[in-house]
Amino acid sequence: MSKKVPAGSWVQIHNIVLTAEERAPQVPEDTGKVPLEMWAKGFLLQEAEIGEQVEIETVIGNKYQGELVDEAPAYDHSFGKAIPELLKIGPELKRMLQDKGGAKDGH
Amino acid sequence: MATKSYQETMSRRTQIMKEAVGIDYDRFRENELVFDYERMMSEVGYDLEEIREIQKQTGVGQTPLLELKNLTAIARKLAPAGKGARIFIKDEAANPSGSYKARRASVSVYHAKQQGFSGVVAATSGNYGAAVASQAVMRGLDSIIVQEVYDSRGKGQPEILEKGRKCEAYGAEVLQLSVGPELFYTFLKVLEDTGFFNASLYTPFGIAGVESLGQEIVDQLREKEGQDPAAVICTNAGGGNLTGTARGLKKAGASETSIVGASVDLSGLHMASDQDFNRKSFTTGHTGFGIPFATWPDRADVPLNAARALRYMDRYVTVKQGEVFYITEALAQLEGMERGPAGNTSLAAAIALAQELEEDEIIVVQETEYTGAGKHPLAQLNFAKENGVEISRGDPESEVPGENIIIPESPEQIKARDLDLDKIRLSYLNKAIDKSGIEEIGSKELKFLAEETNQPVEKVQDMIAGM
Repeated sequence: MSKKVPAGSWVQIHNIVLTAEERAPQVPEDTGKVPLEMWAKGFLLQEAEIGEQVEIETVIGNKYQGELVDEAPAYDHSFGKAIPELLKIGPELKRMLQDKGGAKDGH
Repeated sequence: MATKSYQETMSRRTQIMKEAVGIDYDRFRENELVFDYERMMSEVGYDLEEIREIQKQTGVGQTPLLELKNLTAIARKLAPAGKGARIFIKDEAANPSGSYKARRASVSVYHAKQQGFSGVVAATSGNYGAAVASQAVMRGLDSIIVQEVYDSRGKGQPEILEKGRKCEAYGAEVLQLSVGPELFYTFLKVLEDTGFFNASLYTPFGIAGVESLGQEIVDQLREKEGQDPAAVICTNAGGGNLTGTARGLKKAGASETSIVGASVDLSGLHMASDQDFNRKSFTTGHTGFGIPFATWPDRADVPLNAARALRYMDRYVTVKQGEVFYITEALAQLEGMERGPAGNTSLAAAIALAQELEEDEIIVVQETEYTGAGKHPLAQLNFAKENGVEISRGDPESEVPGENIIIPESPEQIKARDLDLDKIRLSYLNKAIDKSGIEEIGSKELKFLAEETNQPVEKVQDMIAGM
């Protein structure tokens, strides 16, 4: 049994806005096979476990219902690893600037 | 949220939008096709002086115009003798929310406050969300931002995740959706449930807010250099950046300045496709928005779009994803300015276009945007790799969107590839006539279509005859 998330916790909920069958006719084939989903964050109104249907109140006081998916949801986007393909651009351009050569026709 | 069926909510879209934006667009329409664009802009919007005052109140605008001397030197090394215009950049990242979108949000949020709304809503995955949220804080209003973020695996675009974080930093409620145009349905439901103002990107308020950018470029350049820009390059997606800037340039009297749109080439990727969604490394400033909006502006979240790029665009060029990442790195390494990639789309084009212009001419790149985790070449290229996109150095000409990103080996390989504007105009004419259902094209209709495409009436007549 997963642990209880206390009421008042900052959480993320998920719900299905439109099932695959309900989607707009103009969406591409791949998109039409999957539901339209929504995530929202807010303060949990009643103690609950992850996976339960809950209600939240957002920072501006709106209420939404959905499946409790996360407690204290993270911002986990980052910069990531160095990209070798970018590393030499600076030094290459600086060398080019130091090169006395003028305009293309003057080489 | 109350459960309302998709069809039922969509059928009331016109009424919901009208109430949420407070504009009766019908009064500008003359018939199914023709409407009075200039009257809409002047009656609904604010004049440039009022806008500058509104923006001054919240610290928007008056951003630095900086000369990029080293990038100019690089362009000159590649250009024929005597060619290589000086490149200037308008550092719009200096706006309160880190992009020029603060200009666009400032007027909408001011107007919402004046009209007594308690909050604003915007449907945007871009910098506009943070701009609305930031301006809302300054005016004491609540804000809700509706974003398209995830694919069906729950993988979020890093650039959009960062923009969502920034909205939340300003106290906005952020609703995050998976891929699909039905985001508009959620947006309508939010408008209806909250009674908030629709801070659409495409109202006359939003577009008029960008006019100050065009005006500042002219004022600053005349003061610094005593001349007008030969060309101003605008990163183009929905068309508002270009439209507003061009209108501002014209109002400031820069009648000879050429207006160039630049978009990242994402041809072949479908914008509403779940599978393509995370195979792109740019979420804005690309052809997936730029071309559809140029050929048919009235696809936005308002009945009549005030962003009408074809009215102002003298030239429309594309650049490759790899070229924009290259120039973003170059801007940091050669000019000491670390800025976000999407905003540098027009800078990549500028390096190529400067080589066509004379040395004593000036080309202005009209924006930069903030950068940070997620919204950075490292983040976006790592994400591309995770999604099976190959990264290499080579000739960007052979880049295939969604399959690879090719970082140029030398600045010489950066090109501004012209799109055929006549083809885009023709596509616009087709859609405009078709969607209006109008039977007869008389002189009034021709005049309107000529203004819409910025072409002589005779040419438009010929184009329609050839359709």
